[in-house]
Formats: sequence, structure tokens, C-alpha cells
Amino acid sequence: MTTNGILQILAYFLVILLLAKPVGTFMARLFEGKRTFLHGALRPLETLVYKLVGVDETVEQRWTHYTASLLAFSIFSFLFVYALQRLQGLLPLNPQGFNHTNVSPDLAFNTAISFVTNTNWQAYTPESTLSYFVQMTALTVQNFVSAAAGIAVAIAVIRGFARQQVNSLGNFWVDLTRATLYILLPVSIVAALLLCANGVIQNFEPYTVAKTLEGAKQVIAQGPVASQEAIKMLGTNGGGFFNANSAHPFENPTPFTNFIQIILIFFIPAGLTYTFGVMVGDRRQGWAIFAACAVLFFAGVFTCYWAEQKGNPNFAKLGVETHATAGQAGGNMEGKETRFGIAASALFATVTTDASCGAVNGMHDSFTPIGGLVPLFNIQTGEVIFGGVGAGLYGILLYAILAVFIAGLMVGRTPEYIGKKIEQKEVKMAMLALLATAFAILVFAAISSVIPFNSPTKDAKGQAVAQSYWNPPGPATANFNNNGPHGFSEALYAYTSAAGNNGSAFAGINANTPWYNFTLGLAMLIGRFLFLIPLLAAAGSLAKKKRVPATTGTFPTHGPMFVGLLVGTVLLVGALTFFPALALGPIVEHFLMQDGKFFSLLAFPLWS
Amino acid sequence: MATSLQTPVAPPSTEPSLLPTKLTRARPLFDPEIVQRATRDSFRKLNPVTLMKNPVIFVVEVGAALTTVFLVRDLVTHAAGIGFEIQIALWLWFTVLFANFAEAMAEARGKAQADTLRKTKTDSIAKRVLPKGNIETVPASRLRSGDIVIAEAGDLIPGDGEVIEGIATVDESVITGESAPVIRESGGDRSAVTGGTKVLSDHVRIRITSNPGETFLDKMIALVEGAERQKTPNEIALNILIAGLTLIFLLAVATLDPFAIYAVSSSGAGHVPTIAVLVSLLVCLIPTTIGGLLSAIGIAGMDRVMQHNVLAMSGKAVEASGDVNTLLLDKTGTITLGNRQAVEFIAFEGVTEAELADAAQLSSLADETPEGRSIVVLAKEKYGLRGREIAEHEANFIAFSAYTRMSGVDIDGRMLRKGASGAIANLVKELGGRLPANYEEISDRISRGGGTPLAVADGPRALGIIHLKDIVKGGMKERIGQLRAMGIRSVMITGDNPLTAAAIASEAGVDDFLAQATPADKLAYIRREQGEGRLVAMTGDGTNDAPALAQADVGLAMNTGTMAAKEAGNMVDLDSNPTKLIEVVAIGKQLLITRGALTTFSIANDVAKYFAIIPAMFMATYPALRRFNIMGLHTPESAVLAAVIFNALIIIALVPLALRGVKYRAVGAASLLRRNILIYGIGGIIVPFPGIWIIDQILVWLHLA
Repeated sequence: MTTNGILQILAYFLVILLLAKPVGTFMARLFEGKRTFLHGALRPLETLVYKLVGVDETVEQRWTHYTASLLAFSIFSFLFVYALQRLQGLLPLNPQGFNHTNVSPDLAFNTAISFVTNTNWQAYTPESTLSYFVQMTALTVQNFVSAAAGIAVAIAVIRGFARQQVNSLGNFWVDLTRATLYILLPVSIVAALLLCANGVIQNFEPYTVAKTLEGAKQVIAQGPVASQEAIKMLGTNGGGFFNANSAHPFENPTPFTNFIQIILIFFIPAGLTYTFGVMVGDRRQGWAIFAACAVLFFAGVFTCYWAEQKGNPNFAKLGVETHATAGQAGGNMEGKETRFGIAASALFATVTTDASCGAVNGMHDSFTPIGGLVPLFNIQTGEVIFGGVGAGLYGILLYAILAVFIAGLMVGRTPEYIGKKIEQKEVKMAMLALLATAFAILVFAAISSVIPFNSPTKDAKGQAVAQSYWNPPGPATANFNNNGPHGFSEALYAYTSAAGNNGSAFAGINANTPWYNFTLGLAMLIGRFLFLIPLLAAAGSLAKKKRVPATTGTFPTHGPMFVGLLVGTVLLVGALTFFPALALGPIVEHFLMQDGKFFSLLAFPLWS
Repeated sequence: MATSLQTPVAPPSTEPSLLPTKLTRARPLFDPEIVQRATRDSFRKLNPVTLMKNPVIFVVEVGAALTTVFLVRDLVTHAAGIGFEIQIALWLWFTVLFANFAEAMAEARGKAQADTLRKTKTDSIAKRVLPKGNIETVPASRLRSGDIVIAEAGDLIPGDGEVIEGIATVDESVITGESAPVIRESGGDRSAVTGGTKVLSDHVRIRITSNPGETFLDKMIALVEGAERQKTPNEIALNILIAGLTLIFLLAVATLDPFAIYAVSSSGAGHVPTIAVLVSLLVCLIPTTIGGLLSAIGIAGMDRVMQHNVLAMSGKAVEASGDVNTLLLDKTGTITLGNRQAVEFIAFEGVTEAELADAAQLSSLADETPEGRSIVVLAKEKYGLRGREIAEHEANFIAFSAYTRMSGVDIDGRMLRKGASGAIANLVKELGGRLPANYEEISDRISRGGGTPLAVADGPRALGIIHLKDIVKGGMKERIGQLRAMGIRSVMITGDNPLTAAAIASEAGVDDFLAQATPADKLAYIRREQGEGRLVAMTGDGTNDAPALAQADVGLAMNTGTMAAKEAGNMVDLDSNPTKLIEVVAIGKQLLITRGALTTFSIANDVAKYFAIIPAMFMATYPALRRFNIMGLHTPESAVLAAVIFNALIIIALVPLALRGVKYRAVGAASLLRRNILIYGIGGIIVPFPGIWIIDQILVWLHLA
């Protein structure tokens, strides 16, 4: 690790630390219905929205009603995005003339779920699949509202702790509107301009055809990138305008745009920890959550950075210089952009998986086994290290409930968190949410490890003919890019990313087949809704309870001990659930790498 | 109270700890008779229908059965590695049996107690009074609520009831374990009698208040036997947690099979783990320790309350006592010694203290109240005045009456009176005397200090004032300090005026007090506390306490109290010692801590088991995983077996802890948690490493693996 690299990471964290309080205070005011400095400009717009859709902003909803509103909104969004993709041939702003043949039904299904659930898993290659119109009206809109929905749920869960003896958790439509109008839109606009000013492109041009120095023809994709880039990061969406995502020079041209992008990822999630403290009336509680996230963040980023900077020992054995020198980054630069280098790539990979962002500025598939383990494990723990917008906060609150329940008994009282007794209902819901995620990751990855689809045969001319509709390449393992544990890591990562609503890919696996599109879509649905519905149910139950005043007999949830306990719970639950799978993936790969054993690419062509 | 009369200094505290070590009903932990019974029961509990209630152990049983089926198949086909498979199957069954044994041990202790109680339930003969007044003898089992019976010296009281006539001494040792007889009389708060207790002297007429099968003794038997045991809220929540974890581990292990199939086929080496190994991994991961011990902890908690001679009507009540935020303590009898005692004679000008003491003593010679006797004692100690032979004089004693609010003696022409300062002031004025200038001031000063002024007059001449003082029980201040450390607010309830109450409250160190409290005030106070989210515990004995006892989250009724009080509360203290509320709270906390500690320990143990089993499983497929075998276990078989054996033995090893409870100290939550996390969390991660290593060594040494 280099001093420069460490300083980059520390500087990044310092900015996040400084932003948490102002951003958090603003959000707390906004969702407590107080005036903010943006109300003068945006309040008329807000009331207009309510008038147009017929929402009474003074009516509050019970948790069931709140959840139903969210589900109705999501179902509508899904149908809308699905339809637009399939109908893109009939719609404007389509200079490349894409139509429904570019988007198969299973791909459209997968993509629609992906954007509605804030996952932004991209089984398709955007620049060769979707028109500008679909990207802007279907996908970018979802980038805003799926993020806003996440924030709304987090706020509803906070209200469960903050309120006493009431049935209502707020109004979903109001929370959704406010999150979009007052937070996501203004910050995105500022960020988009900033990115634009630093070289991110923004146009409606047809693709440029260039002649390279060798005389070859090259098609260079164009598009309204900056506007989508800002919300892609801010809403922890991660769906790139281009397939190469933030590694693409038009999306992320400089180290400075790179820095802005990762700041945007934690902008809202870090602020929400402070919002939590304000709304429950004890800022220390918010800082404790922040601190736990910070500990996990540092543990991840430095492990990843260390592994990447150390690189592959087998190169060193061959006499290759792997240390950082004035002229080169050293370490493992495979799949990384030279303009970012090792530290910024490791930092980006950690941050994008701490949160459920999923944007990438390097290929996680090319990371060292341990370097790749960090993003994988980050997602498997539920992306609670600041986490996705909203999802991160309600995720870490789930762990807080568990930590308090198990350890809280050891002080000899019915466990309490923020003065609320943690009882049957809360524990049941927390376990349900954990189970759903574990199920979506492990069961689908297990089936994909063994399911035998028919392999393609060759016709008279020697052309491969697919024998299986579900998976043309043959058995599900045929889609892995590598064999051995690394291939397994690719599949495990795919389902982990889907269930965690992350959307980043290990980038090796060919996931655009009906089997993967369908199962990954299911994993996204389970990971999103079977996680947040139990949390909302728990919040509904918590809101009804009285708040027990804290005494010296109460387990203090604002000190270092609680922070340690929360960190321990996150790590232990994640490790115990996924250790067997990880042992057969990145862990054994790491040991094998040290023994000098590698895994070849499979002989199958890449689909995308 | 004979000792406390000699000096108004409270006896020193003999019990500095909240949990006294000497328990009246304690049995040795591994009483042979109980162990035998528990061993039998642990086989009976193998029945899957009943075991299903315990999801974790049920999963172990299914796993054991599955392994056994595959074992039989392999025996038939003469497959390799039978020795290993047999051992795994055996230890899996042992795991189930050990878990059953833990629960059976706890239950057997209760059953043994119930048997003792049941022996006293011999069918006694009742002397029923017929409406016409004649008496018939009937078996006690035929008595119905409302019947009138008489009981004489030597008789067993045939059923629960209320004394409606007479007074008698009763031996209640059957119920309380206390051999000293108690007095039961009609009217007042000592009228309740319990079926099965024995009249020692005199005779009483009793109205029966319960039907056969519903008596106190019946309830008690049912409670200690655990027949009516229902899971408490925290226990249910914990069960959900461990059932959820079991499902998660089931997912982790079940999906490991396909993962292994891929790994084996892609590496082309080794083999997919057998059912025995997969089941072993599952059993080691699921929280069998807490799953096996959870119900034992609950039963043992009830049992511990019982050993303190407190009868909890439900486990929920015991658990709630751990959660209590506010403790309402009656001043008299709980915080202070039952009675006020004279501590000082303050003579007015022109009167010597000795003269005052003499008059005070004379006026109190016939006063049998504890206050009166303490005056006699104080005069004797301070001025060497001895009780005189009253017969020598012509003495006419005037008893205290609520109307005159004074008592005294007419002796040798003197008219000595003592009483409330207002009453004596009136008397002096009526008789034409003059009150000293500082009369009011002295009595006010005493009141403000928490004492009671008692004025003494000789006819029209006011002599002085006796300072009566409430004596705070020895060690009470420390105990209340401990309560505060535990985060519990103690509130003193008293009928005294606010001035007096404030003084005693500050002396005892309580956090708040409720002065001039009526039963309605008490109820209102409880409701207010509960409205703010607090849990309240209180003790009571009188019928007018009943509403508050019912409202409180923990209501500890005194056994000497009325039936109404006992029925309203959710616990009965058979020793009728109100201070015991503090111990009950400590037991409740200990119960919750034990559950939390063993859950944490159980989950923390898994780390080591992964290190033992995962490398063993895939040693052939990926030899590189040997680096994970940090314990250096000999062979894959010995590693898996050692983990399974450790997992089974730890259940047995922790049975004593589950039954006795984790050590509890009255300290704040933060330091308690730090300590317990260190022992059961960090300790839980570390302990299995050497444990599994040792078992592995032994297995290899014995050539078992």
C-alpha cells in the first residue's frame, strides 16, 4: 500500500464524515415536515404533484397500507419499463434503430425488475440494446424513484423507532415525492453539471464512426451520459450508460470525476445515519451506526487495497516487478484503469458494494481472490456499510435489532433498542429478512452449479445449434467464464449481486440467457421485497410500543461496545451463513494461487 | 423482635449479596434420584411428536435418523468407512439424548418437589358444620366453596379458607418450609388459612373458599411440576431466533452439496461429502447448545424462585421481574423495622430528663405496643429506671384510644399522660396549665426529621417530648444502592405525612416516596409509571392492596395476607418477607442473562467448527484448504468426529450452568454486558478450539479415527 493510496482513502472518508451531518439534518427536517431552504423553490411543485395524482399529504398510513402503496407503485413501474423496452422500435430518440429483437422478453423482464428494485443488474449491453428514449424515460426515471422508494422505507422504519403508541408510519406517496424532489433531483442536477464540466459527455448524437490508426473502423457510442451518471451514483443504482460502466472514459474520465462519483454513493446513506439520530431524538444513536459502518468500511477497503497492491505472487516469482514504483502502480492492474490506479479502484469496488450501488470502475472478475472476496462479502452481509440509499439504513437496523436481542438479554432485561422492546414480532421479521436473502443467494447459486441443460449440438455445417431454450450454452455452469473455484465465484457473485440489489457483476459470467435472466430476476425480487416488507412490518409493530426510559440498567446503544457488537454481528452472521460457499470460491482460489495454480478460460464464446 | 427492643440500633446486615447462598429448599444439583429419573425421561422424550416442539433438537433427531438409515444401507452393502459412520450416528443420537437430559433434569427437580408436596395431601377428614349447628365428619375432598368447618388442635385444615371465628396457632411448614407456628385469627389481614396445614393449639371456625383440586396446594403442585408451564415471551422470541438460525444453516449445508458436486467435477479430485458428514456439519452449526438448554433454563428459573420460598404463578411473572424499572416498597416492614422506637427524651425547662423519663416510663408500663415498650427500655438504659411493681401502687391505666389519641396512668394521685402533641396540648390547656414556649418548635423539629413527637404531661404540667423514630433496616441503604446500579428506581410507600416520609426516604436512600398513600394513590402511581413505559413491582398483603397488586407487572403477595391479595398478585412469598422482592428481581435478571449468555456462546462456537469441518470435507478435492486446518487435526474423520463430540458434550457440560444460572452481580448494564460478552462471546469463540483439538488427540490415541 502506498502513502498516496492511503491518503486517497482517508481523504474520501473525511469528506463523507463532514457531509453526514448537514445532509442528515436536511433530510430529518424534510421528512419531519419542516421547512427547508429548498421549500421556497420546490414547495409549489410538490403541492402540484399531490394535486395531479390526488394524494392528501396529511393522511398517514399504517404499515400495511404503506407497504401496499410501495408494492402498487413497483408493479406499475415494472409493467411500464417492460413495455417501453419491448416497444422501443415505435418510440422516438432512437438513432441506432433498436427494436424488440434487441430485447428478448426474458431480458426485458430481468431489466425491468433490475431497475425497479434499484439493482441495475445489466444482463444487456446498453449501447447495443436500448434507445436513448428508453434509457431516459424508463431507466433513468427508475433510477430516481426506486432510490426514492428506498429512502421512503428507511424513513418509515426510523419513524417506527421514533414514534410511540401510534399505528401510522407516514405516507408513502409523500415520502416518495419529497425524496425525489428535494434530495435526488437537486443533487443530481448539480452533480451532472459538475461531471459534465469535467468531461462526461451529454448529447443525443448518433454513434461516431472513427477510423483508427491501424485503419480499422471503430464505432464510438454517444448519448446523454452525465445526467444518468449523477443519479446512477447518488441513487446507488449503478446501471451504466455503457457496458464498461464507470471504467468507460465517457462516463468517468478523470480521477476527479471518480472521486465525485464515490462521494455521491455515500452521500445519502451516510447522511441517513445522522437523520436516524435526529429523528429518534438522540444523535449519539446515529453516530453509533455511522461508526459501525465506518469500521466495516475501513476493514473492507484496506483488505481489498492490500490484496490488490500485493498482487499475484506468481508474477513476482517470475521476476516481474510487482511493487509500486514511480513509473507504475505495481500490484494487480489487470482489469483496472491506469487513470485510477490501485487505490482508487479498490476504494471504488469497496464503496460500490458497501452500498448497493453496483457501478464499477474496474473488473471485479480480475481482482485477486481476496480483493474480489471483499466486494462479494460486502454484498452478502446485506450491504449495510452505509449501504444503498435507504436500504443500507434499514439493513443495519435489522442487524442492530439482532445484536441487541442476543446481547441485550445478557444485561438481564428484555432487550430494548431506542427504548423499544425487541420482542417476538421484531425478531421474527428480522430472521425472515435474513432468511430471504440467504435463500435467494444460496439456493439459486446451488441450482446453477448443477442444473443440466442440454448442450448445443453441431449441424451439418459445423454450426452450434442450441438444444435448450432456457440456457443455449448448455448446463448452467457452461456460462461461467472460468473453470474451477473462480467460475464458481462468478455464479455466486451474480446471485449475490442480484439478491443484494447491487447490480455489479464479476463480469465473467454470461448471464443473458432465459435461465439466468429469470432466476436472477427472482433473486432481485426476493432480495428487495422479502427484505423490506418484514422490516416495515417490524416498524409497524415498533411504532405501537411505548418508549421505555433509559436507565443504568439499559443496554447503552450509543457507545463503543455497541459499535463493536454491531460490527461483530454483521460479520458473524454473514460469515456463518456464507462461509462454506466462500470457502469453495475465493478462499480456496486464494490458497491455490499461492500454490501456483490457475484457472483457464472456458472454451465458450461470450454472449455479450 | 425481642433483640431490636433493647436498642434502637438496627442489626447489621447479614446478607450483603442479593442472592443468598443458603436456600431452604435447595437440593444437590445431581441428586442421584433425580438423575435416574431424568435419564429415563430423556429416552422417553425421543418421541418425535413431542420433540417437534423444539425445532433445533428435532432437526438433530431427523439428522441422526437419516444417518442411521444410510448407515444401515452401508452395512448391507459393506461400504468402506463404516466405523466412522457408526460413531457419527451414535454421537448424533447422544446429542439428542443430552439435550433431552437437560430438560428432563430441570423437570425432574420440579417433580421431586411436587411429590413431596403431594405426600402431605393425604385425604384428611373435615368437621363440617351443618346449617342447624351440628357437626358431621366428611372426607375433605367433598368440601365445596362456602362450607363452614371447624378445626381443633391436632387437626389438618381440610381446605383453603378464611377464619371466621377464633384464633389459633398453625403449623404451615408444609407450605412454607418454616417450622415456627404462625397465628391465624378472624378479621384483619391474618385470616387466611391453607389446606394441608396443621392446627397446633386452640380451635377456629373456617369458611372454605376453594373447591377440591383448586386449592393453593394443588396450584403449587401443578406449578412446581411444570404442568402448567407456558413459554414466556422472551423464550418464544429466542425460539424464533434459533429456529431461524437453524433454517439458515440448513440452507448453508443443503446448498453445500451442489457446490461440492461442482467443485469435485471441476477439480476432478476427491468426492462429494457423505450424508453423515453433511449432517455432522449441520448439527454442529445449528444452535444445539441453547436449543437443548433453553427450556431447562426456564424451568430452573422457576425452581430458583421456589427455592427462595416464593411461588410464581407463571414464568412470565419471573421474567417480568427482570424487566422491572420501578419497585414500590412499603415503608413499614420493608424499609424500616416494623415499629417506631424511642430514641430521646427532650425535657422542657424546669424539668429534668430523668423526671421526664420516669413519667414516660410509668405511663408506658402497661402499654404493650412496641412503641410503648421501647420507651420503657430507653428509660431503663439511659437512667437505670427499672420497671416498678405496679401492684404496690394504686394504678389505673388508661388505654390508648383513637378518640383521645393518648394513653397513660393515674397513679398515686398523679395523672400521667402521653400522646400526640396536639392532644396533650389540648389536655394541658383544659386543665389550666401553660404550654412551654418551645413546645411547638420541638415537636415540629422532630417531625421534620422523620420522627414522631410524643408529648408527656403530668396533669396540667407539660414535662417534655419523647422522640420516636423509624429505624431503617440494616443494609437497606446498600440494597437500594444496588437497585439503583441495576437501573431500578425504588419508591417508598407510606401513610406518614410528607415531612416524615421525606426524612426517612433520604435516610434509606430511596429515589422517590409516596406519602399519605391510600390504596387508590398507589394504584394511580403504578398506572402513571406504566404509562411512561415502565414496569412496576410491588408487595402487598391487605385486601385493599389487591387492585394495585393486580395492576402491577409483578405483584408479590405475602402468604400471611388475605386471599384477595394472594389472588391478585402473580407471586406469593411464603415467608411473607417483603424485602424478598429485591431477590425476585435478581432471579428474573439472572434467568434472562443465562439465556442470552448461552445463546451467544452457542453461536460463537460455530467459528471453530467451521475450521474443523470445512477443510476436512474438501481435503481431497482442494488440498490447498489444509491451511484452514489451523488446529492441526489428524484426519478428516477425526476432525468431523471431534467437532460432533465436542458439540454433544458441551450440552452436558453446561447443564449445571443452565440450572444454577449465570452469576449475577448488581452492577450497571454496561459493565455487566462487557463482562458477559467477554466470557460467553469471546470465550465462546475460543473454547472450542482447544476442546476439539483434545478430543481429536484422544480419538487418534484410542484408534477410533
